[in-house]
Amino acid sequence: MEQMFFFYFAFVIAAASVLVVAVRNPIYSALALLVMFFHVAGLYVTLHAEFLAAVQIIVYAGAILVLYLFVVMLLNLRQDDRYHRQWPMAAAVGVTLVIEAVILTSMKGRTTPVVATGTETTVGGTGNSQAIGDVLYSTYLFPFEVASLILLVAMIGAIILAKKDIGEREA
Amino acid sequence: MIPLSYYLVLSGIVFLTGVVGVLLRRNIIIILLSVELMLNATNINFVAFSQYFHDVAGQVFVFFALTVAAAEVAVGLAIIIALYRAKSTINIDEFQLLKW
Repeated sequence: MEQMFFFYFAFVIAAASVLVVAVRNPIYSALALLVMFFHVAGLYVTLHAEFLAAVQIIVYAGAILVLYLFVVMLLNLRQDDRYHRQWPMAAAVGVTLVIEAVILTSMKGRTTPVVATGTETTVGGTGNSQAIGDVLYSTYLFPFEVASLILLVAMIGAIILAKKDIGEREA
Repeated sequence: MIPLSYYLVLSGIVFLTGVVGVLLRRNIIIILLSVELMLNATNINFVAFSQYFHDVAGQVFVFFALTVAAAEVAVGLAIIIALYRAKSTINIDEFQLLKW
């Protein structure tokens, strides 16, 4: 049963990510990414990371993807030149990476297997959200504050970059 | 119990797809979407390791990756809009201001 869920999610994630790259229309590409985000959230649920699954849907599917769709529709694209001019080079690099990945994964029998016992991922008997909160606001408090600073800088930067034209016209 | 290597293979496939998308496509929006694919591949790795080593720290790191992804999208899309205003295209072959 568990395996069935994993293979379903894995297949859809892989297929949707290939679609994101292969489809010609950017809107279809973004919608394939939406499907992929939802299935990644499902994979998180099977990994007992329920809080992250919710955050994945809220932030990725709710905020980031809507932003993408806004910009795609704002720009009103007409040309559909598909691939880069340097595609033979890109294909060579891609094939090399794939071969490397196949070799590395076929070597997995020689590495030490990970001992996986039990299923609970949380600390003590508390829930997933509480465990994350405990760690986030104690051990990782400083990176948390830095993350909020990064978001602030990104917000200011995005406003300045997008408004530049208007400011020049008024000046 | 699904072996950890399955998750690693899945995230490897998604990451490779993202790399191929960044290298192959010329639409700058699709390139940003491919970067999102790669970030998600790393997130799958983080959560799988966090589950298998019984350590919540991996899930906290997914949070930070998410923050970086949100910041990247906001700034990246603002840059795309500024570029489109300047050049009226989003084909990366047209952006050769810094090419020597």
